[in-house]
Amino acid sequence: MNPISWGLYPKIKSKKHTFDSLENLAGLLKTEGEFIPFGNGRSYGDSALNDNIIYTKPYNYFLGFDETSGILHCQAGVLLSEILKIFVPKGWFLSVTPGTKLITVGGAIASDVHGKNHHIEGCFSSCVDEFNLMLPDGKIKTVTKNDELFYATCGGMGLTGVILDAKISLTKINSKNINQTTIKTKNLKETFGAFEKYQNMPYSVAWIDCLAKGKNLGKCLLMVGDFADDGDLDYRKKMKLNVPFTFPAFTLNSLSVKAFNWLYYKKAPKGISHQKVDIDSFFYPLDAIDNWNRIYGKNGFTQYQFILPKAASFKGLKEILETIAKSGKGSFLAVLKLYGKANKNYLSFPIEGYSLALDFKIEKGLFELLDNLDQIVIKYGGRIYLTKDVRVSKENFEKGYEHIDKFRALRKAYKMDKKLQSLQSKRVGI
Amino acid sequence: MNYVLIVGAKSDIAKELAKVYAKNGFNLYLAGRNKNEIELMAKDINIRFGVKTLAKELDVTDYKTHKIFYNSLNPKPAGVIIASGYMAEQKECEKDFEKSLNTINTNFTGAVSILNIIANDMEARGDGFIVGISSVAGDRGRKTNYIYGSSKAGFTAYLSGLRNRLHSSSVKILTVKPGFVNTKMTAELDLPAKLTAEAKDVAIGIYNAQRKGKDVIYTKSIWWFIMLIIKNIPERIFKRLLI
Repeated sequence: MNPISWGLYPKIKSKKHTFDSLENLAGLLKTEGEFIPFGNGRSYGDSALNDNIIYTKPYNYFLGFDETSGILHCQAGVLLSEILKIFVPKGWFLSVTPGTKLITVGGAIASDVHGKNHHIEGCFSSCVDEFNLMLPDGKIKTVTKNDELFYATCGGMGLTGVILDAKISLTKINSKNINQTTIKTKNLKETFGAFEKYQNMPYSVAWIDCLAKGKNLGKCLLMVGDFADDGDLDYRKKMKLNVPFTFPAFTLNSLSVKAFNWLYYKKAPKGISHQKVDIDSFFYPLDAIDNWNRIYGKNGFTQYQFILPKAASFKGLKEILETIAKSGKGSFLAVLKLYGKANKNYLSFPIEGYSLALDFKIEKGLFELLDNLDQIVIKYGGRIYLTKDVRVSKENFEKGYEHIDKFRALRKAYKMDKKLQSLQSKRVGI
Repeated sequence: MNYVLIVGAKSDIAKELAKVYAKNGFNLYLAGRNKNEIELMAKDINIRFGVKTLAKELDVTDYKTHKIFYNSLNPKPAGVIIASGYMAEQKECEKDFEKSLNTINTNFTGAVSILNIIANDMEARGDGFIVGISSVAGDRGRKTNYIYGSSKAGFTAYLSGLRNRLHSSSVKILTVKPGFVNTKMTAELDLPAKLTAEAKDVAIGIYNAQRKGKDVIYTKSIWWFIMLIIKNIPERIFKRLLI
């Protein structure tokens, strides 16, 4: 099996290494060559791709759970979905979860993922108490909050070593249901107003129609919510849909995307409405469709996700949305969110401001468009999310990350740069 | 709930079997050489499925310990799965008798030693099941793998005889003949995808066959057909083949 990332691009040949003991893994790291850890292949671009990958998903024992504190100790290959399957029925939920549960705990740390509650709870690292990390020399280090290895590894894209196991705190819930409020807005100004108004709600995210132009620019559906107190904790597998084969590349064009966005927007009631939904539909709507990445065709796709500082967000987003609308390049999923404060990790993506994430199928002219968008992002003091990226230039990347030199220096000091590299790390020079 | 004993618990198929049986409510004795590692596995299964799991130290080639080991199990397991196995390079087995011996002792002699004890107990109880994970490689000796193959042939014949003996005591014996399986044992081999099963699917297949009281299964089932052909090739032709 050739490891492939979620965007199905690029497709490369690589050697997949597994390990079933720590001696085994240490031995592997001592052999010639460069490696990059690979979890469940859900990062979109080339951040977990290289000639040699260390496949961590089979390293997946649950090691312990403390019922009073809610602290779970597990190996890095455990999937978030496995955690939910066991612990939701016992009344526990992930303190921080991204929009897919099909990622490993190691991947969640390496990408320092975030979710709908970023403005309240921060990134995944805020629920990580400690973890064990195998350094390039095979030594194992227990890393705790405030260690420089913690700042470098959380969000460090697997470039500091192999994350072995972690202690993460789960959060108590009384129900599998979420009380959701949907706010339909007409333009970007209303959208921003709605985010501000609902900023005390624990979970929030907006789906934005990025092909809308003129006075409709920035119209969206903002969904906010919190766990209900009533209902049960029954969390069973639902019927799953599947995309059984890769769609022909022409299926998605600006017309079909426009139609989808129109329908999606149209079906929501006007103004403010309330729904009761369950965990999977609220947090992981796309996980219900296996292999949804195949709808973009065999050439694959990328997700362009950036964030702008809050003060510059309105102007910057307007400019970017206008540029995209003008290009006519479609995006099904454009997700907008207001983030909370940045943490101290060197390469974690979130800063306080608005982030937008859009999917684009890989086609001629796309990377030129994205290069142009990069210029706007940089102009307004924003940055690009490495976990989604497959093409950003070194120059455009490093302008966004003020701690980049600390990260590079630490990599050098531990000789991580000699042993751990991905296609992405080489491209952006980390 | 009943206990199932899995011998060779660290093998990839055994790990998946442990999960399938635990998911269906069985408690587990997990036995293998490295107790520390098996304790991790036992804890994991306990957290995942809430069943009782006990890690037990057992070396299938240390025959004299087998009686003490089985006596230490209380309650006695309702079923036993032999998943221990060893496969060395054929070429190395040809040069190094120690490797041949280790293959035979792990796959055949050790299994016979422990199963003799268990079979006697189950016969006396008039109840129980035994699952032996053999291999398609035991169906016919081939030059690329005949030391491993002959050890598995011996195991297959042993299970067949045991089934015959215990039929009247209501003890069920299932012989499993996996073809290619994606495991750490085969990690270095370049296996054809269509003929290669995932350990999880093998485990589910074994569980279902055991519950239905089947005698012999091939996983994937296409291997039944492949082996039917291979077994029926006349020896004078077979001896010339490069398979």
